[in-house]
Amino acid sequence: MNSGKSIVLPGDLLDGGNIEVRGLGRSYAVYTIGEKVYAAVPGVLEVSDDKKVFTPLENVYIPKPGDIVIGIIVNVSLSYWSVDIRSPYTAVLTAQEFLNRPFNAATETLSTYLAEGDYIIGKISSFDRFKSPFITLKGSDKFGKIVSGKVVEIKPSRVPRVIGRKKSMLNMMMEETGCDITVGVNGVIHVKCKEPVVEDLVALAIKKIEIEAHTSGLTDRIKSFLREKLSELQGKEVS
Amino acid sequence: MSFTPFRIPIVPQLKKNMILSLVEKGLRIDGRKTDELRPIKIETGYLEKAEGSAYVELGKTKVIAGVKIEVGEPFRDLPGMGVLTVHAEFVPLASPSFEPGPPDENAIELSRVIDRSYRELGAVDLEKLAIIPGRKVWIVWVDIYIIDHDGNLLDASMLASLAALKTASIPSYEVDGDDVVIDKSKPGSPLPINEEAVYVHIAKIGDYFIVDPSLEEEVVADTRIAFSVSRNGKVAGIQKMGHGGLTLEETEKAFELALRTAPKYFNAIDSALKK
Amino acid sequence: MKYSNKPVLLREDGTRLDGRKPDETRPIRMEVGVLENADGSALVEFGKTRVLAAVYGPKEPIQKYMVLPDRAVLRVRYHMAPFSTGERKSPAPSRREIELSKVIREALEPVVMTELYPRTMIDLFIEVLQADGGTRTTGVTAASLALADAGIAMKDLVSGVAIGKIEGKLVVDIDEAEDMYGEADMPVAMATRLGKIVLLQLNGVLSPEEFRTALQMARESLEMISEMQRKVLLEKYSQVLQS
Repeated sequence: MNSGKSIVLPGDLLDGGNIEVRGLGRSYAVYTIGEKVYAAVPGVLEVSDDKKVFTPLENVYIPKPGDIVIGIIVNVSLSYWSVDIRSPYTAVLTAQEFLNRPFNAATETLSTYLAEGDYIIGKISSFDRFKSPFITLKGSDKFGKIVSGKVVEIKPSRVPRVIGRKKSMLNMMMEETGCDITVGVNGVIHVKCKEPVVEDLVALAIKKIEIEAHTSGLTDRIKSFLREKLSELQGKEVS
Repeated sequence: MSFTPFRIPIVPQLKKNMILSLVEKGLRIDGRKTDELRPIKIETGYLEKAEGSAYVELGKTKVIAGVKIEVGEPFRDLPGMGVLTVHAEFVPLASPSFEPGPPDENAIELSRVIDRSYRELGAVDLEKLAIIPGRKVWIVWVDIYIIDHDGNLLDASMLASLAALKTASIPSYEVDGDDVVIDKSKPGSPLPINEEAVYVHIAKIGDYFIVDPSLEEEVVADTRIAFSVSRNGKVAGIQKMGHGGLTLEETEKAFELALRTAPKYFNAIDSALKK
Repeated sequence: MKYSNKPVLLREDGTRLDGRKPDETRPIRMEVGVLENADGSALVEFGKTRVLAAVYGPKEPIQKYMVLPDRAVLRVRYHMAPFSTGERKSPAPSRREIELSKVIREALEPVVMTELYPRTMIDLFIEVLQADGGTRTTGVTAASLALADAGIAMKDLVSGVAIGKIEGKLVVDIDEAEDMYGEADMPVAMATRLGKIVLLQLNGVLSPEEFRTALQMARESLEMISEMQRKVLLEKYSQVLQS
C-alpha cells in the first residue's frame, strides 16, 4: 500500500485535480492554475492508493451559515451585541434573537442580559460579503450564555481532530470524563464537568490534541492520558 | 505605512475589456502601436525665476520641472562636492486622485527613482560645484511639478528634469572672504552635465508590453516596470511598480523594449534643445 | 563618487572583504513564530542584517472606511529601529522607508490571496533591528514567512536578495560596505515556484549584459533562499506529524 503523510507549504503542487480538501473551506486552503491544485496554506498531505487528502494546519476562520460557534461579547450597543468569534469578521447577535421577542431600546438595556466578556454558544445564521455574520440562538438548548464551565481556544484548523472521525475523539473524551464538551467550529471549546479540576484536565487534553493533531494513534493516547490523570485525581481524593 | 490603494481611478469594465482585446492585436485605444510614444512637447526656459526649467507634455500628461541653484553647505563626508536633490509634487489640481498634503508614497517614489538615476550616473558633475570646499557649495534643487496626470508621470518628469538641468545656469558669483556674493546682472555658466539618462516606463497588459502607458493603461496593467537608460545604453536605474509579477523572460523582454525606446526620448530632448 | 577610507572590496584571489566568494550569500538564519501576540511572525538574518516581521490579521480595521469591498487591504510598514544603524536613526518615517514600504507591499500583493478576505485589513510590520545591507530583501523574506505562519492564504512564498557590483564584479547578497562603496545595488524578490519577479530595483549603473547576468545570479540564489524558508516552515509543522 502506497501511503504517506507530508507537510506541504504555499506554492506546493498537490495534484492534478482530484484531491479532497478538509477543514474550513477549499477556497481558503488551495488554489488552482488550470487543472493543477496548489497549497495556499501550510498543511498535511496524505497520499494513499486511492486518494489524496489535504488538511490545512493554519487557517483563518471565515464563518459559514450553520457553523456552531462560541464567541465573547465585545461590545453592547442599543439593539445588538458585537461578538468576537475569532474571525476577521465580528459577529452580530441582535436583541430580538436573544430575547425571542421585540425589544424596546428605550426601556431596556441589553447589558442586563449579556455584558462585555460573557461567552455565548450559537450558530451562524447568515454571512455574506456585504454584511457581518449574524448569530442565532435557536436550535439547541446549549445555545445561549455560558454560565459555568471552562472555555479553551485552539486553532480552528485543529477542530476536526478534536471531534475526530465520526465524532470518535469527542465521544471518547466525554465518555471517559463524564463531561459535556461543545466544540465551536471557530476553535473555541466549552467544557463543563462536575468538578473544575476535571475541566482543567480536559482542557489539557484538548491542547495536547492541538499539538499532536496528525500523529497516528492519537485517540488511544488521549484516552490513556485521560484515564491516567483521572485515576491520579481520584487517588488524591481518596487519600 | 503603505496601503493597498483605495482610490485608484476606476476604469469601467467595458473599457478594460476593450483595452485588453485591442492590445492583443498590437493596438491601443488611442491608435498607437505598442512601442509608440505619445506626442512629446518640451519647452525649456519656461520659468523666469528658476535657474533652469522645462515644461513637458507627454500626450495629455503635463509636468513642469524647475531647477534652483543656491549656495549651501556640503555634506560632512563629501566636503568637496555640490549637492543635487530631487523632489516631486503631485499637485492636487493635476488629478482627482491627488490629495493636498505632504508628498505621498507615489510622489516620494518618483522623486527618489529619478534622484537615484542622476546620482548613480554622476549626471551632474558635483565636484565642479564646490565653491569653498568644506564650507560653501552649490545646491541644485530639482523640483518636479505634476500638473496634469494622464499616466507615465515618471518618463515625463525625467524628460522635464533633464531638459531643465541641461539648460540651467549657475549664477555668476564672487567669493568675498567667507561669503559668496551672487550677481544676477551678469550671465551665469552652464551647469556641468556629464551623463544623461531617460526613463522608459513599460506596462504589461495580457501578454503584451506597451511603452508610455496612459493613465487608463496604467490602471489596467498587470504590472509595470521602468528602466533608466543612459545615452551610451547603460541601465542606470530600475523600478518595478504596481502589483503583479514578471518572469525572468518577461523582464528581459521589457528591458529590450526599453533599450530600443530610449533613443526616441533622447531625440525629443535634442530637438527641443536645438531651438 | 570619491570616498575617503574606501576599503578594498575584492581581494586578488577574488574573495570579498568578509572572505565570501562572489556567488555566496552571508550566513542566513530564519525563525518563525517568534512573537506571541502577532498572528504570524518571523525573524530573519542575512549576516549582520536582522529583520523582524509580524502579521496581524485579517481583521476588521478600526476605521471602517479603510476597506475594499472585494478584497483585504494590505498595510505594510517597513521601518528601521533607531539603534539599527551606525548613526542613530530618527524614529520618524523617512522618505526611504516610505518608498520601501510601498515596494515591499507591491511585492506581496501578487501572492497574498486578498480576495478571500473582503472588507478586512492585513497588517504587516517589518522592523529592521540591525542594518548591514539588504534590509528590504531580508524584510520581504521575513514577511513572507510571517504570512505563512499566520495561515493567510498565499500562492507562493516570496524570497529576496540583493545583487551588487563591486570593483567591476557582480556579487550576491551585498552587505553595507559593498553597497556603499560598490557600483550597483540590485534588490530582487521572487515568488520562486511561480517564477515571478515581484520586486526589482536598481541603484547604480550596469551594462545590459551585466543586468542579464545579475538577474540569473539572483534567480539561483533565490531558489536556495526559498528552500531555506520552506525548511524552516517544515520544521515548525513537523512536530504535528511525529508521535
